[in-house]
Amino acid sequence: MAPTPLDTRTETEALAQRREELQGLEPAVVAPSEPPVLQTRDLSIWYGSQRALDRVTLDLPARRVTAIIGPSGCGKSTFLRALNRMNDLIPGVRTEGEVLFHGQNIYAKGVDPVEVRRRIGMVFQKPNPFPKSIYENVAFGLRINGYRDRLDERVEEALRRAALWDEVKDFLHKKSGLDLSGGQQQRLCIARALAVQPEVLLMDEPASALDPIATARIEDLIHELKEEVTIVIVTHNMQQAARVSDYTAFLYLGRLVEFGPTAQLFENPIRKQTEDYITGKFG
Amino acid sequence: MTRPRSEGSRTATSPPPSASLRAPRGRGLKEQLIRGLFLLCGLSAVAITLLTAWTFVQGSLLFFREVSPAEFLGSIRWAPLTVPQSYGVLALIADTLVITGIALLVALPLGILSAVFLSEYASERARRLLKPVLEVLAGVPTVVYGFFALRFVTPLLQGTVLPDLGFWNGLSAGIVMGFMILPLVASLSEDVLYAVPRSLREGAYALGATKFEVIWKVVLPAGFSGIGAAFILAMSRAIGETMIVALAAGRTPAWPPDPTEPMMTLTTTIVNIATGDHEATAFIWSALFAIGLLLFVTTLVLNIASYFIVKRYRERYE
Repeated sequence: MAPTPLDTRTETEALAQRREELQGLEPAVVAPSEPPVLQTRDLSIWYGSQRALDRVTLDLPARRVTAIIGPSGCGKSTFLRALNRMNDLIPGVRTEGEVLFHGQNIYAKGVDPVEVRRRIGMVFQKPNPFPKSIYENVAFGLRINGYRDRLDERVEEALRRAALWDEVKDFLHKKSGLDLSGGQQQRLCIARALAVQPEVLLMDEPASALDPIATARIEDLIHELKEEVTIVIVTHNMQQAARVSDYTAFLYLGRLVEFGPTAQLFENPIRKQTEDYITGKFG
Repeated sequence: MTRPRSEGSRTATSPPPSASLRAPRGRGLKEQLIRGLFLLCGLSAVAITLLTAWTFVQGSLLFFREVSPAEFLGSIRWAPLTVPQSYGVLALIADTLVITGIALLVALPLGILSAVFLSEYASERARRLLKPVLEVLAGVPTVVYGFFALRFVTPLLQGTVLPDLGFWNGLSAGIVMGFMILPLVASLSEDVLYAVPRSLREGAYALGATKFEVIWKVVLPAGFSGIGAAFILAMSRAIGETMIVALAAGRTPAWPPDPTEPMMTLTTTIVNIATGDHEATAFIWSALFAIGLLLFVTTLVLNIASYFIVKRYRERYE
């Protein structure tokens, strides 16, 4: 369905207008009361010459769930991947500003991204289990991190925390991770990430490829995990953000528009753009 | 052919609503003819394969009437031209396998490591530049490789590590044959590694894996069956290779198979008698057909095996 020229123009005009409104506007931030684990300071990211993220400053509170919302292309995945230096793997990406993990800039000279990722785990949009047995999927991170003893125990613990143990305990070694259903695969990926005991778990639209029941299980899981782990979740599903998160950040056109407690952001947004987005006026 | 006409009529005036929706006369027949033609072309490959197989079976009947397959495959001595004649190919098979083994020993590590380099370490530009260069190696005529083995590799080995190496020997032939199948191994393995989804690599990186761990523990195992298929194809190519061994390995079967000695493979045996000035009887020709049949069956089995391995690999991510 090709838009008519009229549609295109109004669309572009609306975009230009919103872009204008954003210019010079400071983000509306209600700072969390909890101590931060991760903080970004004027974080900007370019893909080649295109700026995907524009000076984002944000404190991510410990043992809470923070949701990053915003329309497609607003930079939310880019932001998330910057938090454990996954963007390093993409050629042509340039990062400016700081990401502080317990006050230490992970982009500073001498910081090894491998060490960063061992502390800050990640779960991806599409489940990506390795073509290995269920057991080996979970043991992978343990092995490369030098755990040699009590592997069975640690694998079981991780699978239990990901609420997958009861479903897979009878064929840990027999079935491949790829034999599981989509929702189980995603929980396997969560178990895999949890096995190495990360302090922070980054989740990039972890339920977008799943059916509603599998989604609900993942959301329940997030609720349980936040007791021990700081979670940052990117989602394009606003109901999901409202259900699972304590804090929400709204990104638009690469900029942070608003950040605050989830209930407040959804019920009493400060910025007009936030309100327009969560009420579905654009997106 | 019908397009301009129908388009012309359409642009001139749109057809009246009552216009016929039936196909013009003869269209169905033409489609059938074209279909038949393509079918014929497609079947020709199958027909040629079957014809070849039939020729070998037919040609070797005379031989197998006199010599049992057990004697053919189980006896060491191959001496069709001297009395008492003997038609055992065990030594020839052993020589073939030793030379193939040497070739694979050279080609597999080099090929897989080049594939890892091209797919994981090389920049996109280097990859685009290097891969065709590698594939040029595959286009070098095998007679050139044979000459290279005979006049360069053998003297080099004699002058350095193996002074007792024969003028003809299985070792140089095997090494150079390894160079010949290297592009095959490297190119196929590279395709396989490159096809391992990015999401798998990212999953491993996100767990704190180093680049080496990602390659060694995720990418290579994921591409294992594809590399296995490349291995088998390379092996069947090496078993069937003739010119390199004919030039550089010699014409005397070695038993026990010692690669520093002259060796004779199954393929060289056929060349030797078919091009020699000995008076070859119908029976000896039939013996050659028997060897040909053996080669045909071996490579066929290897190719089919590789087909199934590749198929299994493809199912993994879909």
